[in-house]
Parts: sequence; C-alpha cells; structure tokens
Amino acid sequence: MPIALQAEGLTKEFKGFIAVNNVNLSIEKGTIHALIGPNGAGKTTCFNLLTKFLQPTRGKITYEGRDITKLKPAEIARMGMVRSFQISAVFPDLTVLQNVRVALQRARGDSYDFWRSDKVLSKFDDQALEYIEEVGLSALAHERAASLPYGRKRALEIATTLALSPDMLLLDEPMAGMGREDVELISRLIRRIAENRTVLMVEHNLSVVADLSDRITVLARGEILAEGTYEEIAKAPEVIEAYIGASHD
Amino acid sequence: MAIVEKSNNLESSSPLVEPVTQAADMSKLHKYIFAILLIALIILPFFVYPIFAMKVMCFALFAAAFNLLLGFGGLLSFGHAAYFGGASYVAAHAAKVWGFTPELAVLTGTAAAALLGFAIGSLAIRRQGIYFAMVTLAFAQMVYFVAIQAKFTGGEDGIQGVPRGDLFGIFSLADNIALYFFVLAVTFGGILLLYRIVHSPFGQVLKAIRENEPRAISLGYDVNRYKLIVFTLSATLAGLAGATKSLVFQLASLTDVHWSMSGEVVLMTLLGGMGTIFGPLVGAGVIVTMQNYLATFGAWVTVIQGVIFVIGVLMFREGIIGVLARWLKKPL
Repeated sequence: MPIALQAEGLTKEFKGFIAVNNVNLSIEKGTIHALIGPNGAGKTTCFNLLTKFLQPTRGKITYEGRDITKLKPAEIARMGMVRSFQISAVFPDLTVLQNVRVALQRARGDSYDFWRSDKVLSKFDDQALEYIEEVGLSALAHERAASLPYGRKRALEIATTLALSPDMLLLDEPMAGMGREDVELISRLIRRIAENRTVLMVEHNLSVVADLSDRITVLARGEILAEGTYEEIAKAPEVIEAYIGASHD
Repeated sequence: MAIVEKSNNLESSSPLVEPVTQAADMSKLHKYIFAILLIALIILPFFVYPIFAMKVMCFALFAAAFNLLLGFGGLLSFGHAAYFGGASYVAAHAAKVWGFTPELAVLTGTAAAALLGFAIGSLAIRRQGIYFAMVTLAFAQMVYFVAIQAKFTGGEDGIQGVPRGDLFGIFSLADNIALYFFVLAVTFGGILLLYRIVHSPFGQVLKAIRENEPRAISLGYDVNRYKLIVFTLSATLAGLAGATKSLVFQLASLTDVHWSMSGEVVLMTLLGGMGTIFGPLVGAGVIVTMQNYLATFGAWVTVIQGVIFVIGVLMFREGIIGVLARWLKKPL
C-alpha cells in the first residue's frame, strides 16, 4: 500500500516540556486512520504538527513523497490535504451556500480581484447546492450558518471541506460535543467521504473509532504506545493500562 | 436546482428564496439608496453651506474606508489618521509648492497614503487584536512626529493657503459650488469603489477571514496577503478623503494626523454601524454636524460627543444603521 502521509521522528518541545516525542507515523492511502489516547497524550499537538499549524522542533513530515516540514498550512491545503477543527469551523455570518462557495472559489486560484463584481461567483452556486444536498442541508441553503444547530454546522463544515475535493482529510475530534443522533449522521458522512480518500482523525469516542477506523495509533505522554487494528490494540496490555490508569486520576 | 425538504423537523417554515433573486433584491435596494443619496447630494449645496457639506462628504469617505478594514476585514487600526492626514499634507504640498492641478495633487496625496499603508500594513498584520491596534497607533504617532518636525509640513501652522487651482488646468475650483461637485464626484466614486470591493470575490474571502481565520487558512487562502491588500486599500481611500479635504479647507494641519482623528473615525464607524454599507456615512454625518452646530458650547462638544457615544454603544451596539437593518430585516 502506498503511503499518503508520513512522519519520522516528529518531536515538539514547549519550553522544556516535550509534548510529542519521536513519533513515527505512516498513513496508508485510502484508509481511515485514528489517533487516540488519554487526555494530555499529545494528540492535538501531533495533529497540529501534521497540519502545519505548529512547527515541529525536530522530525520530518512527507505528504505523497514530498517533504512538507517547512510549508505553511495554506500551502498544504492547496496540495489537497485539508483539516477540520474541534470547534465547528463555519463562517457564521455567511449563508450555508456562501460557506461552501468560499471553498469552491479556490478553483479560481487567488481571489485578489477586488474590482470585479461577486456575480462571477454565482457560477459556483449549482455545484455548491450539490454538496449541500449531499449532507442533507438543502432546505437551509440560504440560512445564516450561525443559525444552524450544532450537528448541522458540522455537516456544513464537511460539505465545505468536500468542496475542495481534497485527497486527504484530517479531522480533529469530529464528534466532540455531539448527541447520539448527530454522531450517527456524521459517522455516515465520514464513511461516505472516505470512500476514495485518506482520512486521519483524532477522536475520543472509542465506539466511533472502532466502527470507522482501519488502523489506530495510540498515543500516551507524547509517545506511540501501540498501533494496529481495533482488535489488536484493544488487547494490548499497555493500552489497557494507559486508559485504566488515566481514568483513575 | 431542486430545493427539497428532505429530512425531519428543521425550520421548514423558513422561506425558500432563490439565491439569485435574493441577491438581486439586495443589490437593487442598495442601488436605489445610492441613487437617492446622489440626487440629494446634488441639490444639497443650494440649501446648506457647501463647505460644511464637503466636510461631511470627506469624512464619510474616510469612515467608509476605515469600515472596510474594521467592519469587513475585522482589523481594528488605531492609526488611520496617518493616511488621512499624511495624504492631506502631501496633496497640499503638491498643490502649493509643486503647482500641481487639483486632480493631480489629490492623486499624489492618495498614492502617498497607499505607499504608507502598504509599508505600515505589511508590518502590522503580523500581529493580531490589540497588538495590531498598538502597532498601527505607534506608526501613526511617528507620522505625527514627522508632521511636526519636517520642514515642508510647516510645524504648528501646517500648510496654509493651499490653492484650489484649476481642474485639469481648465476649470477653476475657486468657487465653492464648482469645488463641491468635484468633491462630490471624488467621494461618491470612492464610496462606490468601496461598495464594489465589499461585493467582489475578494470581499467574499475577506468576510470569510473575518468570520473564521483558521478555517480560511485551512481552505488554502493566504490570509496575510488578503489582510495586506485590504489594509492598503483602506489606507488609500482614507488618503483620498484626506487629500480632498486639504483642497476644501485649503489647509493641511496637525489635527488631521493627530491620534484623536484616528479615534474620531472609529467613533463615526461604530456610531453609524460597523460592517454596514451606509453606517459610516451616517456616523460621519452625525459627528460632523454635531461638531459644527454645537461649536458654540466650546470644549463641551467632546463631552456631549462622549455621552452620545456611550449611550449609542449601550443602547444599540450595532450602530444606527445596524439597528435599522435589523428592524427592516435587510442588509444596509
């Protein structure tokens, strides 16, 4: 299997505190890979390093064989590797349609043309409505994003991400703060969008992880504890200890 | 495009307006308002003192330019006097010493503001929030210092007796009414340009950055580039306002580069309604009118202004036009 995203010896130090220590990670193309671990394990730091929102102290990150260690987050986004956020990342004061259109607008390249009417963007409307339909938000296409309930905001976020037609998605706790009904909706969406894409997600909800992931990496205290399928890691004694230990605190 | 209520219990009562007609309605409404405004401004100088009307228009453009940065870019600059006042000095110098025709003097001043905005902007956008505001203020204070110390600015006196000259070297602007129509064309044109910037593909990305910067980055937008462009555009149009004002009063003075001018434009924008199209124009009108007609109260003007501002912020945070837009349920 070809590798989509790879990290070698990834390390991040914050003023003497090592948040992520010598992490080696390979994410195979076309798989759903989950990053789990108890609180403070360094999952989010690791995630931010991979998406370039943080700069690693040491180590190397390659995407599709290209060294991306020194690139800016907007640059890797343009290479087809798009991240989501823990808090729902929509543009609240724009309508649902405009939210998706801002992503489609990337197809024009940079939109520095401040002298042109935004009517030129209406050519993206039909395409935007298709993505909106795909996540079941058609009826709300002209509502302000701020007025959507939480689960729908996440659905909108996914529609916006899909509009970039990324090859790889990095999802930061896609189920955070969601009710059961929404979890099912988003699980279904993730499964669908993962069909021809690579997905890396950080997630707390273990039943979702078990359900969706092909491969799981367990982090604890900034280091990799175990890696494998859900069945494999669920049996690993060090993983059980880390989780039970954490829940005793 | 089929808009079908597919699932469940969501607000199915919400009206399903087609985006095209909705956007068209909105821009039609704005077109009407601009048309009415233009007609009103054409007959205005025959009813009120033209100099006063020109002052309002210059400040309206200044506030609208500032609002582009604050209301649509989400960036609070506390140093916009530097571009407004800086341009007024350069335009005054160009008209008086270099003998430029008025349109060239205004253009020169505006270009100076654009350069200054680009230079200061490229440093300021590296910081965010209050630090951004402080950086812009610090640079504006440096411009103020130059205005006091440099030879060509005339120190405490400023540049006085700036000739209004002949437009294109042909039409004399010495007459107030003639100058009025020149100022009207410049400021109205500037405001229409700002309207276009807000309603452009660039403006759409700008709003996205204002709403959620990390998300805009993750969509692949180089947000600092957008911020620098909007900062420069805002400074340029603030400069256009300042340069024009120096012709109206035939004067470039320290008042225009003083930090209190930076504060005044914030006041105008917030009072009128930041992030609205017409708010800054109304805010500028209210503040300039107050300063003019309450001038007899002397120093009390600032106290009255302060009280009105506090009441305004407490009672209607969205500003005059912001509240009006909410009532009418229409973007203004």
